Amino acid sequence: MDRVIPLDLARLTVRELNDFLHHRLPTGDAVRVEILNPNGMHNLAVGLDAPADIDILGHAGYFIAGMNKRANVTVHGNVGWSVAENFMSGTVRVKGCASECAGASGHGGLLVIEEDASSRCGISMKGSDIVVGGSVGHMSAFMAQAGTLVVCGDAGGSLGDSLYEAMIYVGGKIHSLGADAQEEPMTATDVARVTDLLTRAGITRDPKSFKRVASKRSLYHWHADAGQEY
Amino acid sequence: MSDQIHREESFTFDRHVLDYIQKAAEHGLYDIRGLGAKRRLPTFDDLVFLTASASRYPLEGYREKCVSKTVLGTRFAKKPVELETPVTIAGMSFGALSANVKEALGRAATEIGTSTTTGDGGMTPEERQSSKTLVYQCLPSRYGFNPDDLRKANAIELVIGQGAKPGGGGMLLGQKVSERVAGMRTLPVGIDQRSACRHPDWTGPDDLTIKINELREITDWQVPIYVKMGATRVREDVKLAVKAGADVVVIDGMQGGTAATQQCFIEHAGIPTLAALPLAVQALEEMDVFGTVQLIISGGIRSGADVAKALALGADAVAIGQAVLMALGCNSSTYSQAGERIDATDDYKKLGTAPGYCHHCHTGRCPVGITTQAPDLETRMTPEWGAKRLKNYLQVLTMELTTLARACGKSNVHHLEREDLVALTIEAAAMAKVPLAGTNWIPGQT
Ligand SMILES: Cc1cc2nc3c(=O)[nH]c(=O)nc-3n(C[C@H](O)[C@H](O)[C@H](O)COP(=O)(O)O)c2cc1C
Ligand code: SF4
Repeated sequence: MDRVIPLDLARLTVRELNDFLHHRLPTGDAVRVEILNPNGMHNLAVGLDAPADIDILGHAGYFIAGMNKRANVTVHGNVGWSVAENFMSGTVRVKGCASECAGASGHGGLLVIEEDASSRCGISMKGSDIVVGGSVGHMSAFMAQAGTLVVCGDAGGSLGDSLYEAMIYVGGKIHSLGADAQEEPMTATDVARVTDLLTRAGITRDPKSFKRVASKRSLYHWHADAGQEY
Repeated sequence: MSDQIHREESFTFDRHVLDYIQKAAEHGLYDIRGLGAKRRLPTFDDLVFLTASASRYPLEGYREKCVSKTVLGTRFAKKPVELETPVTIAGMSFGALSANVKEALGRAATEIGTSTTTGDGGMTPEERQSSKTLVYQCLPSRYGFNPDDLRKANAIELVIGQGAKPGGGGMLLGQKVSERVAGMRTLPVGIDQRSACRHPDWTGPDDLTIKINELREITDWQVPIYVKMGATRVREDVKLAVKAGADVVVIDGMQGGTAATQQCFIEHAGIPTLAALPLAVQALEEMDVFGTVQLIISGGIRSGADVAKALALGADAVAIGQAVLMALGCNSSTYSQAGERIDATDDYKKLGTAPGYCHHCHTGRCPVGITTQAPDLETRMTPEWGAKRLKNYLQVLTMELTTLARACGKSNVHHLEREDLVALTIEAAAMAKVPLAGTNWIPGQT
């Protein structure tokens, strides 16, 4: 059995919580930390670099699990802006919905939003994977450089605007594509990629029903006839 | 018929304007270039010191000590940045600059006892190793940004904007996106790379407060957090940065340099450094944090006299960019190779320019090997040679600063004050908020 360490934010400050997670997590055994009474607080479990399981029992605010490395963080509720921003590895799971900029500029690891994510989900992502069980808001995957965004529901306007090499898969409707993003045929490799991510996210959907969106790469070189603003 | 040629140049459509219109019509693209504003602007040259005489006595130039030690980030950080001089090296990316140049900056700064700053594109190991005090930028692009490097930094600079392009993003044209640069930025090699103008994970001052706290939490409140902004609505912006929790505010005036941006930004956005600095000081004073939140000013700083004037107007330190490049040989007709001076005029010519006029950093074909990633050019500037030149230059700036401070009767450069200055022009008097020389007149105030 995992050793469970309860940390109650009704008694501890955010500083004390993060200080414990950075410097005083026991090593060796499998450790599970339960964070109680998050009550929408910001910056919980940021900057972790340990293979621990962290459960946040309730709704939380901005930047939850920001810059995470190695830890598995689960939020049993909704989160505010920029959950798992710039995360490097590990898994971050939100059982509810996420506000704007979920997984912004993430370099690695897996972010799962079980319900909906708001605008700019996966903005500027740099190699991480994001699976959203529901829908995402407008400008999602804006300037996304690398990694994969899987959206089981619908995608809002300007999906994948100014996309680089990241790949987007959408199960539902796409409201509109952004500049330089285009829909492309699904290949066997794409189906395998979606299958793997859905499995890791624990979400059941037919991977063949997804549409693939990638970069047209017409903005990669600066020339007058690209017809785009730079 | 007379064979005289009538030459009456139009003021509105002079040769520069004609050239601009013809080029725009030919290419359908706007001009992109490096360095800063070239037009004439009010500068620190428009101010002079009222050094000591009968009413004040000076300190002995050679014998009496004049402290230049500078401490930044005393508001919240457990480990403020301590420097031997208030002249710091501004953020310039590896990508814009070669790895050799970055190393030279680190070495020179360490010898002199000042800081260097990373840039768009992240921290290189060489840079961390060579620079004792390294400020790590958190930019909108987040290229190469990661928590490991964040924790290695001596300070963090959250960049909201730059003086050369306030409100605009960055760009690095494909010729500079080498394999190493592309790898650090997670982008394909050789593509024109754009940097966003807004941060991906926050917008607005309320979010900024939370963002600053996140950075503090991740670094356990150890290191100072600077907030850098281009000079536009300075008074309001400084107040918002202070309210959001900045330890240090960095204001970059419109003369500030860049490696590449649109010409229309460089010449037409933002306000001059001279106008920006007093507004920033005013904001700090109105919030009662002058001295608690430190102020760094940049944009067109060239000499120890500029530094002294900036400090007298209320800055705690300055940051320099273009002048660093120039100390390393930017716009010089020659470069140094194994002790020999080699002529580079032909290489300037290939860029369609000449020594003294170059602003072609964006091309990656820097004739003197500074703003380049090309293997044939970057060897033109070796870290040893560059470090020596920059160390000398920083030394001169600091000596000129202390010389002027002593002549004003100050035993510490931070004791220089507005009172020590007068302006030579009405514009400078109005912007710097010091009297016009020979009068008590401060336009708009007295
Ligand atoms: C070659 C070059 C590259 C620059 N790169 C960056 C950068 O990556 N990030 C940044 O905040 N500012 C960058 N700047 C702007 C400087 O940090 C600084 O604001 C400016 O150079 C100060 O003005 P000065 O050049 O007149 O001294 C760059 C400037 C130059 C000249
Ligand atoms: S000489 Fe080099 S550093 Fe100087 S303006 Fe030209 S390209 Fe830029």
